[in-house]
Amino acid sequence: MGQYLLATYAVEDEERAGPGTPEEMAAFMKRVAAVEGEMDAAGAFVFGGALHGPDAATVIRSAERDTVMTDGPFVESKEQIGGFYIINADDLDSALAWARKVVGAIDHPIEVRPFRATGRVDA
Amino acid sequence: MSLPERTREAAVEEVFREAYGQAVATLIRLTGDITLAEDAVQDAFVVASDRWRRDGVPPNPAGWIVTTARNRAIDDARRSARGRGIREQLAVLQTRSTRSGPEERGEDGTVKDDRLRLIFTCCHPAIAAEHRVALTLRLLGGLSVEEIARAFVVSDSAMAKRLVRAKYKIKAASIPYRVPSEADLPERLRSVLSVLYLINNAGLDDPGRESLRGDAIRLARTLVELMPDEPEAAGLLALMLLGASRLPARFSDDGGIVLLRDQDRTLWDRELIEEGQAIVRACIRRDRPGPYQLQAAIQAVHGDAATYVATDWPQIVELYDHLLTLMPTAVVALNRAIAVAETEGPSVALTQIDAIAPELDGYHLLHAARGTMLRRLGRRAEARTAFERAADLAATEPDRRFLLRQIDELNE
Repeated sequence: MGQYLLATYAVEDEERAGPGTPEEMAAFMKRVAAVEGEMDAAGAFVFGGALHGPDAATVIRSAERDTVMTDGPFVESKEQIGGFYIINADDLDSALAWARKVVGAIDHPIEVRPFRATGRVDA
Repeated sequence: MSLPERTREAAVEEVFREAYGQAVATLIRLTGDITLAEDAVQDAFVVASDRWRRDGVPPNPAGWIVTTARNRAIDDARRSARGRGIREQLAVLQTRSTRSGPEERGEDGTVKDDRLRLIFTCCHPAIAAEHRVALTLRLLGGLSVEEIARAFVVSDSAMAKRLVRAKYKIKAASIPYRVPSEADLPERLRSVLSVLYLINNAGLDDPGRESLRGDAIRLARTLVELMPDEPEAAGLLALMLLGASRLPARFSDDGGIVLLRDQDRTLWDRELIEEGQAIVRACIRRDRPGPYQLQAAIQAVHGDAATYVATDWPQIVELYDHLLTLMPTAVVALNRAIAVAETEGPSVALTQIDAIAPELDGYHLLHAARGTMLRRLGRRAEARTAFERAADLAATEPDRRFLLRQIDELNE
């Protein structure tokens, strides 16, 4: 059993063209809730959430004896992470099966990445 | 080296290639690690190489390799004690080895399943397509890194890197070592078939890479043996066999391409044609058509014709019609149009080719087909322009030379 990150990506302009009407939005939320319910029942759901857009992002990096921060996302790109799930899965095939279901619900591309290590670092 | 020694040498080589995939596949299941499995099998081959050249090949060489490799893996793990994971696996290995040796199990389902597992793992769609090809040739085909590098015209180190990356992905992402579930099978099998087809085609137009066709056929035979109920696997094997049957007539003495129309059909390999046609007939009886089976059926019709003119072109067009419904691509439409030239004439064919031209503008065979139709219609200047464009786009040297010859002939 391993853990995988399912990162959903949104293209800047397309994001605004997402669920427009309240009805569309309700249907969208219903689809997402159904997949999340299924994940939960299967013991696959660890954590998940939707992120604010890149305009809300701040980057901090180390500088000489201090840190500096800049407004905006780490990578300037039209494609930005929109949200993510962390799931338990036996192997890549079962992680991909969940990813497929999420894509079916939200219609955004998903990057599936295995965790190399999880939890707190022992030192 | 005496003749018997040389025969023994060749026998050992052949057995190595045959046994490699099976041995690695079983060792991966036993050790849970591809690199460990490869190392162990490599070691076992070194031992075998000396012993077999001296004493001859044992009755079950793959079983012998598996046993020796497994013992090596156990020794290796014991010596290096690479952490708890390995030691736990060691316990598994030893339980298995005391229960029953693979020598007795060599021919049974478990070992066969191992190769099937390995095919599906190597051809997982989450691995980059060119990495799938390399990994399949390495682990199942038993080709060395250098051989694969030569076949795909990259440096040894670049090919080694490709293989390392593919194996890393399998390990890091936990790509499973099993035959996919019923739900995933169609997509996964498609990937396996396309990898084998890619290997086959890489050996198609370059006499220097011809051995790849042999490797592709060998792998396809294994797949058909392991999945006898998948008609598309059988269809792919038939397609490869029928393609290979024409190879002796495909190149002229100076290495130039000879078109189907001009080939000396007495050079075709009748044995391969008959084997391919028998598979096609079996597929038709099963009546679960698919793209590979239909392409094989088209080649089977060619195999029946004593001359180009005597070919059953209406049947070929009909098969293309069927293929188009399953695989509605512009390339299939182009091939259909070329067959239509023989039933309805070059003018109808040209209209159909022109209709798909925008989609295939970068494909040299589209322009070559246009040139052929224009030439048949007596429009020589336009034909020359089309062949010139085709020659510019041609990817291989034999193709380019063939097209330049067409231009020369039009200039005469």
